[in-house]
Amino acid sequence: MPQYQDQRAWYKRVYDWLELRLQLEGPIKDAALHPVPKSTASWWYVFGSASLVLLILQIVTGVLLGLVYTPSAANAWNSLEILNHQLPLGWFLRAMHGWGSNFMVAVVLIHMAQVFLFGAYKFPRELTWILGVCMLLMTLGMAFTGQVLRFDQDAYWGLGIGASIVGRVPFVGGQLVDFMLGGPIINGATLTRFFALHVFIIPGTLLAFTALHVWMVLKLGVNEWPMPGRIVRRETYLREYHEQAHNDGIPFVPGAVWKDLIFSAAVLFAVAFCAALFGPYGPKGVPDPAIISTVPKPDFFFLWIYTVLSFLPPELETPFIHIVPVLGIAVLIALPLVAGAGEKSWWRRPVAVFSVMFIAVCWGILTDLGTYTPWSPQMNAWSSAPVPVSYLRSRTPLERQGANVFQEKQCRNCHSIGGLGGQRGPKLDDVATRLTEDQMIRQVLLGGGNMPAYGSALSPAETTALVRFLVTLRPSYQPPANDASRQVVEHGGVPPNSTVERGGGQTPVR
Amino acid sequence: MDERLSPPRTEEQARRLEEERVTRRSFLMNVGIALNAVVALAIATPVVAYLVGPVLRRRDYRNWVTLGNAADFVPGETTLVTFRNPYQNPWDGETANVPAYVRCSDDGKYTVFAINCAHLGCPVRWFSESQLFMCPCHGGIYYADGSRASGPPERGLFTYEMKVEDGKLMIKAGQFPTLRNQAGTSPCPSAPASTSPAMVTRIESCPSTKTSEPGTSASTIG
Repeated sequence: MPQYQDQRAWYKRVYDWLELRLQLEGPIKDAALHPVPKSTASWWYVFGSASLVLLILQIVTGVLLGLVYTPSAANAWNSLEILNHQLPLGWFLRAMHGWGSNFMVAVVLIHMAQVFLFGAYKFPRELTWILGVCMLLMTLGMAFTGQVLRFDQDAYWGLGIGASIVGRVPFVGGQLVDFMLGGPIINGATLTRFFALHVFIIPGTLLAFTALHVWMVLKLGVNEWPMPGRIVRRETYLREYHEQAHNDGIPFVPGAVWKDLIFSAAVLFAVAFCAALFGPYGPKGVPDPAIISTVPKPDFFFLWIYTVLSFLPPELETPFIHIVPVLGIAVLIALPLVAGAGEKSWWRRPVAVFSVMFIAVCWGILTDLGTYTPWSPQMNAWSSAPVPVSYLRSRTPLERQGANVFQEKQCRNCHSIGGLGGQRGPKLDDVATRLTEDQMIRQVLLGGGNMPAYGSALSPAETTALVRFLVTLRPSYQPPANDASRQVVEHGGVPPNSTVERGGGQTPVR
Repeated sequence: MDERLSPPRTEEQARRLEEERVTRRSFLMNVGIALNAVVALAIATPVVAYLVGPVLRRRDYRNWVTLGNAADFVPGETTLVTFRNPYQNPWDGETANVPAYVRCSDDGKYTVFAINCAHLGCPVRWFSESQLFMCPCHGGIYYADGSRASGPPERGLFTYEMKVEDGKLMIKAGQFPTLRNQAGTSPCPSAPASTSPAMVTRIESCPSTKTSEPGTSASTIG
């Protein structure tokens, strides 16, 4: 009996053996070859796939870091130092994970803006958008919890800020803080909680949501390029899309996918490049709360929140931080349900375009302010920023003594002179053009506006010296401030050529 | 006349039998679902209790901690002290260190301030020269007596419950002070807890200082 000779190559035989059992070829071919409208093979459509690639990068690098990282409050910081300095290329993996997270947040936000401007959230893709909003929140959650796992001083005090925000919730705030911290205070139990969130809970949910999100993109089709005047109607859209995809479409692979592939590769290269060039993030100082000489700051993507929190008036703060985020998320989720039909093109949606521009500009400005925090006192300015020599030249001993007082009473922490010092209060290079000596004394001793009162911290001699120094602070070409009421009292009328006459107001005394 | 119904035809009998059998099956399935629901509830109860455990144990958190000899704190000065948190895990490491400021006023009265700014919990720094606490995060400033001087905080610094026993200065510590817990109930050493709702009104931590200009009353003189 002649032996049956299988003519197929060995790999083909392996493939067939597997395929007979797995039966995956059909669904994968369907997904890959499904027709998409020709217009979607665009460079604008690459951000979704890039987000997915970055998510996979984060999972791979995260698992690799998990081989070494120790989620214990006593040792987490040390394990990061060992990753940075002792394990070969441990620093590079940390850098990849850190930069990958930056890129992921950025690409996800760009993806969202693109989807919004292209009207892709409209019928029948409302749920895809809503899931996407949840995924954005989870991405931000990953960024925050990741910052906590880099268990340094910023992480510790960042948790403190988080706890203080949660603690402002009416009635149950105290309980929520205990729940969030895993105990009464930031300690080992807090780190393990955030470790579980960052490593199991959020990524698990994020992966499941991603699978659903991609599934819906495959089933509902990639959003067609929006054309002005082509209105989405719930009754006819599905048929119209089907016609477009089948009559004027191309298979997703390779018609559209090559751009995704090239962009993803570019993004991965950019992550690796930044990682190699700039290195890993921190860890900064050891998470010992007893080291209080620290200036805690959140990571780049949360700087805007940090800025907002410093500008809110105290009365408004608690309601604002609890109502506005909820409202914002509600608006995002309700968007496709409210505006699920109609015009898709940005040419016919000026409000949408201006909203994106407005948010982008606000975000940029708030982030920029967050990088140099003009609202914070500069804790070291009083001892590190010298008084400009020109402000001391040909001054009396009393005035120079005043410059001493100015430094040693930490005035410099909030007020800059010569371009150095805090920006909390007004700069004082020309203070004498705004305040008279009497007004300065009052302001120094009693405070007012945002300034604390120094009445208890200054002796009369120190006050005199300080104010004598301050009245010398004005450019030679500007007259000193004068108090019009004094002139009126002493001379019976407003003098000619006074600031009052020229329309210049006196700084109001509060 | 025979009033009994004629027996159903054979097909009809088979159909009814089939229906009945399906009903029994779906009944059993429903039993299965119900059983799983009961088991899920039984499992969920301890899981939820486990998760909210940190909340249920809240009253164990605060304990008396000794900061040192009361006499060692110089009158008129504010000192930074560090203690180990009374409630800790073996793996807490440095995070179990907690700093605080002890102020001993000229007349020998002690006040112990939490390090955490009343705004968002950042560590405030004491400047003895200007007699001010300054916060590096959002610029909250406090006077020497802990009352709010300027910036975003809506109240003065948090203070610990305190006592002097056998010459030792002790505080009741262990909890991260926020606006909604034990630490938040006594906003000012000299004034009773504020009753105005924190949601909408600025809490002036020391109502008594409102009668005079801030910073000039005896309580702010360090």
